Amino acid sequence: MTERRGGHTPTADPPPVMGGRFGPGPRGMPGGTVEKARDMRATLRRLWGYLRHQRGALIAAVVLVVATSGLSILGPYLLGLAIDRYLIAADLDGLARICALMAVTYVFLSALTWLQTYVMAGAAQRTVRDIRNDLFGRLQALPLRFFDQRAHGDLMSRLTNDVENVNQVLADGVVQIISGVLTMVGVAAVMLALNTPLAVVSIVAISGMTLSLNRWLTPRMRSGFRAQQAALGRLNGIIEETITGQRVVKAYHREPVVIAQFGEANRELRESATRAQVLAGFIGPLMNAVGNLSLAVVAGVGGWMAVQDLATVGTIASFITYARQFNRPLNELANLYGAIQSAVAGAERVFAVIDEPPETDAPEARPLGKVRGEVVFDDVCFSYVPGVPVLKHVSLRAAPGETVALVGPTGAGKTTIVNLLTRFYDVDSGRITIDGQDIRQIARDDLRRQLGIVLQDTYLFSGTVMDNIRYGRLDATDEEVIAAAKLANADQFIHRLPQGYQTLLSERASNLSQGQRQLLAIARALLADPKILILDEATSSVDTRTEQHIQEAMLRLMAGRTSFVIAHRLSTIREADQILVINHGEVVERGTHAELQAAQGMYARLYASQFERVAAPVPATPTSATSNS
Amino acid sequence: MRATRKLGRFLRPYWRWAVLAPLLMALEVAMDLLQPRLIQRIIDQGVAQRNMDVVISTGLLQVGVAAIGLLGGLGCGVYAIRAGQSFGADLRDALFRKVQSLSFGNLDRLETGALITRLTNDVTQVQELVMMLLRIMVRVPLMLVGSLIMAVITSPQLALIFLVLMPLIMAVLMWIINVTFPMFGEVQRRLDALNTVMQENLAGVRVVKAFARAAYERARFSTANDRLMEKNISALRVGAVTMPFMMLAMNAGVVAVLWFGGMQVRVGNLQVGQLVAFINYLTQTLMSLMMISMLVMRFARAEASSARIQEVLESEPDVRPSPSPVRLDRPAGRVAFEGVSFGYHSASGAPPLNGRSNGAHPPAGDLVLKDISFVAEPGQTLAILGATGSGKSSLVSLIPRFYDVTAGRVTIDGVDVRDLDEASLRAAVGVALQESVLFSGTIRDNIRYGRPDASDEEVIAAAKLAQAHDFITRLPDGYDSLVGQRGVNLSGGQKQRIAIARALLIRPAVLVLDDSTSAVDVTTEARIQAALASLEHRPTRIVVAQRISSVIGADTILVLDDGRVVAQGTHAELLERSPIYREIYESQMDNGAIVHD
Repeated sequence: MTERRGGHTPTADPPPVMGGRFGPGPRGMPGGTVEKARDMRATLRRLWGYLRHQRGALIAAVVLVVATSGLSILGPYLLGLAIDRYLIAADLDGLARICALMAVTYVFLSALTWLQTYVMAGAAQRTVRDIRNDLFGRLQALPLRFFDQRAHGDLMSRLTNDVENVNQVLADGVVQIISGVLTMVGVAAVMLALNTPLAVVSIVAISGMTLSLNRWLTPRMRSGFRAQQAALGRLNGIIEETITGQRVVKAYHREPVVIAQFGEANRELRESATRAQVLAGFIGPLMNAVGNLSLAVVAGVGGWMAVQDLATVGTIASFITYARQFNRPLNELANLYGAIQSAVAGAERVFAVIDEPPETDAPEARPLGKVRGEVVFDDVCFSYVPGVPVLKHVSLRAAPGETVALVGPTGAGKTTIVNLLTRFYDVDSGRITIDGQDIRQIARDDLRRQLGIVLQDTYLFSGTVMDNIRYGRLDATDEEVIAAAKLANADQFIHRLPQGYQTLLSERASNLSQGQRQLLAIARALLADPKILILDEATSSVDTRTEQHIQEAMLRLMAGRTSFVIAHRLSTIREADQILVINHGEVVERGTHAELQAAQGMYARLYASQFERVAAPVPATPTSATSNS
Repeated sequence: MRATRKLGRFLRPYWRWAVLAPLLMALEVAMDLLQPRLIQRIIDQGVAQRNMDVVISTGLLQVGVAAIGLLGGLGCGVYAIRAGQSFGADLRDALFRKVQSLSFGNLDRLETGALITRLTNDVTQVQELVMMLLRIMVRVPLMLVGSLIMAVITSPQLALIFLVLMPLIMAVLMWIINVTFPMFGEVQRRLDALNTVMQENLAGVRVVKAFARAAYERARFSTANDRLMEKNISALRVGAVTMPFMMLAMNAGVVAVLWFGGMQVRVGNLQVGQLVAFINYLTQTLMSLMMISMLVMRFARAEASSARIQEVLESEPDVRPSPSPVRLDRPAGRVAFEGVSFGYHSASGAPPLNGRSNGAHPPAGDLVLKDISFVAEPGQTLAILGATGSGKSSLVSLIPRFYDVTAGRVTIDGVDVRDLDEASLRAAVGVALQESVLFSGTIRDNIRYGRPDASDEEVIAAAKLAQAHDFITRLPDGYDSLVGQRGVNLSGGQKQRIAIARALLIRPAVLVLDDSTSAVDVTTEARIQAALASLEHRPTRIVVAQRISSVIGADTILVLDDGRVVAQGTHAELLERSPIYREIYESQMDNGAIVHD
């Protein structure tokens, strides 16, 4: 018997009349963004670059897809045979054989389908892992300028949402495309072989209806969804801003205004979303109707042909299943198109970050040997935004071990000097040297390893206190960490924490005071043991006792190192080897405390305004207590 | 599913649509269910009997039935979406209004990020569920029951196969749900961990670069990334069992039908067309079952969102408006604390007014302020000095009634703030916080925030008082410069001065400056103070400060320590009388701040 293979297979074929209803149909779901990819081909090629690493899994998946597609076409064929040859002929033996054959086919079909998903899950997840690693890796190499210009939320969303979109298409899309195309081709072939005229009629009818439906709906939906996304963006903007500033909203009793604003945007979203979704919601019923109509076409035309003896009953039974099997991938592929569009758009956003030019070291960059710590700024000019100079012809020289205090009003350029020395930014003209070597000729990591930086706002990572201090030198032993903490006056308070050095710091370290966090930063810098130090003294929010601790620790830290201090405290400034007064991006005065006092310039005025108020405020002075009352 | 059901009340105004949608869906399902019967008729009565009329009329009937079904389906879609979108919009609106009505205490507990998620993702989740329910949730059970009934009608004997298949499938589906659910929970946790690494890395980018720790960070990320990937793969692989299993069950049913049906056909109890129709109903039934299992998963996800939304909707504002509020028409600005004690009653230690967690807060229930009494006369300056965590910010946040006192009372012009009308209280008290929040828009809009009808002259006058006018006019677009992510970069001190101008513009009788000049240099700060003092109708000023220089000129200085007033008086008096004050003074003189950033 020719029917040595058995099976009816509605297999991957869902309920007859529900085609396309339940798929994740990106266009049908609320919030399903239909985004246009900018350069689909280039992005797909690049994604392929990642997928290539999973070549083994992909080949296996393709083989499995071919097998499962074949098996799922075999099913209805066997069913037709069973009805025509054995059922109608009442041949129970033959029926038993073909039933057994069908059973075997189905077991294989299920097993192979599972295996195919199993393989693809691994391949897709590994690919996505690689993309994430590349994204994060590139972020580590990007200059600070990049981070200054980007909202963190936007970068986070690339790592999560955009990568997830890619993942969805990789995990299901690839298989769906291959199996969809194979199934359609296979089904068409079998139908044509079984009964050419009926096949032609069915295929033309089904694909004609499905495609024209799609052509009509897609552009309409796309513009609808675009309007919905825009409204959603506006609403989310209002939500984010209001909730973030909720305390100010309350303090100014602006609730009614804010509610009205929100209501307006909310109404807009409701209207545009309803419009877009109603249209998208038509897809299900329309596809369903297409499915039903194809059944009618097959049954009607097939029935007529059967009456004319042009077809058999079994053929019609098979065709009914085939019609559905043919309709479904067509429908799926159409749906997939939208998902692929948003995946490609997501991939483009991820690749845009990966393509940002990283901080590169000069090819001739040399390692920095043992550093003495002589720092020279030679006629340095710099601007963050072209045309708005921030530093103008700044020159300075710090001998090894010297302390340089940077003093001046807000925005004068003190922080910029630090940013240049660390090569967070590079100079526009002039040069900065360490021990006579231009820092642009030093590998960045090497340079920064020689620098210790204590910023005002200490950033702590989630992890233990021990981990956070050890961040300064990863190979430090516990003893070394504790020794550094002791030097930094941090040991005491750490011992008072619930688990001492093993206390977990929560995100943003809200369980520590600002002063305590600063002590940890000092400990971190002590542990790193750099030759050159950059300190940004805290301005406020620290109580007196902690402040004294910090002061002592800072002095210990500065001993024997070349130090640049953005100074706010009198004692620091008075004890500095040189004081640079910076104003409008220029060094306006330099010298020791005594020299500058004598010069009667800007420094003397700044000093006086503070010192008079603080040091001589007792009743008689004009600026004192009584003047305001 | 309890939380989700509670949210059902937001669907009530749209009940007509919510009822119409399933009814129309029922129509579609009924039409769908007719199709296999019609095919059966074509085969058994048309083809088998060689009756062309039956073939043609039935074919046309099929088209008609499909068309009616289409109408039902389209109508259902329209009404389900309208109901769902309106439901979502109303829910969002209610949630947003609720948030607006909450007090600082509630906000401390709920957290900004979490609130934003609730208003966006969570509402969308529930809204999607509602729309799905109105469409599919009705369709699937109808289809399930309908197919079952039709199968039984078509062949009662063959329908016995269902008795074997259904329990088996349900058991396996339950098993899959039970196994995969916790796995996906773990996936979510690992995803959170990965996001935390990224978030911290972005926030600490300077530190990472300063210590040249890129390689270490990459390793940290890569570990979290691998952990996520591994769990994801294993969860997906278990989940991947569902589909092949359902296929197998369904196909086993088909083979069984073919075998047992074949015997019946031989005996003459069954016709071939009936058998084909039965196979159709069988597939429909099983697919419906599978859809139900998917819906259950979705429901569980939405339930978590519903619970989070419900939590906000059910929270009661800590600060309730007075039933018979008193209006202050021309407040003079006399502020008095009478034996005030205060503690954050929240579960977590609530941050003080400036919103910055800059100290370890006392555990819940502990008093942050103990028995505080003082009076600030109209036009006077009262300064509050003290160490971090001594309760300064908590104290001033009681004046605009951001929190309610635990004991004692706070009065403005002799009226308890709890009896004051909220709008008139807020109009009487201007507040500038240390961490100044500006909204996107122009600088002018931001200064005008508290009084949108203020004239440009008034805006400029306020900016001049706050010593902000000069730097604003130096910006490329002056007062029309945009603030925010796409706008100009303002320094901390500049933002603070705009916040002070904003507070001044409402012409408050009482001005609360909560460490709001911490980022302003001393000279500018002194100019702000002088400008305020020169005003004809100068507000009563309550100033929280860290620097002695900021408080020296005050009429009264309160020194707070551990929630108590340990000294009170003018600078000169305190220098003489208070050892703590003297200690602070000397240490600042010694380490004195000279120029601030």
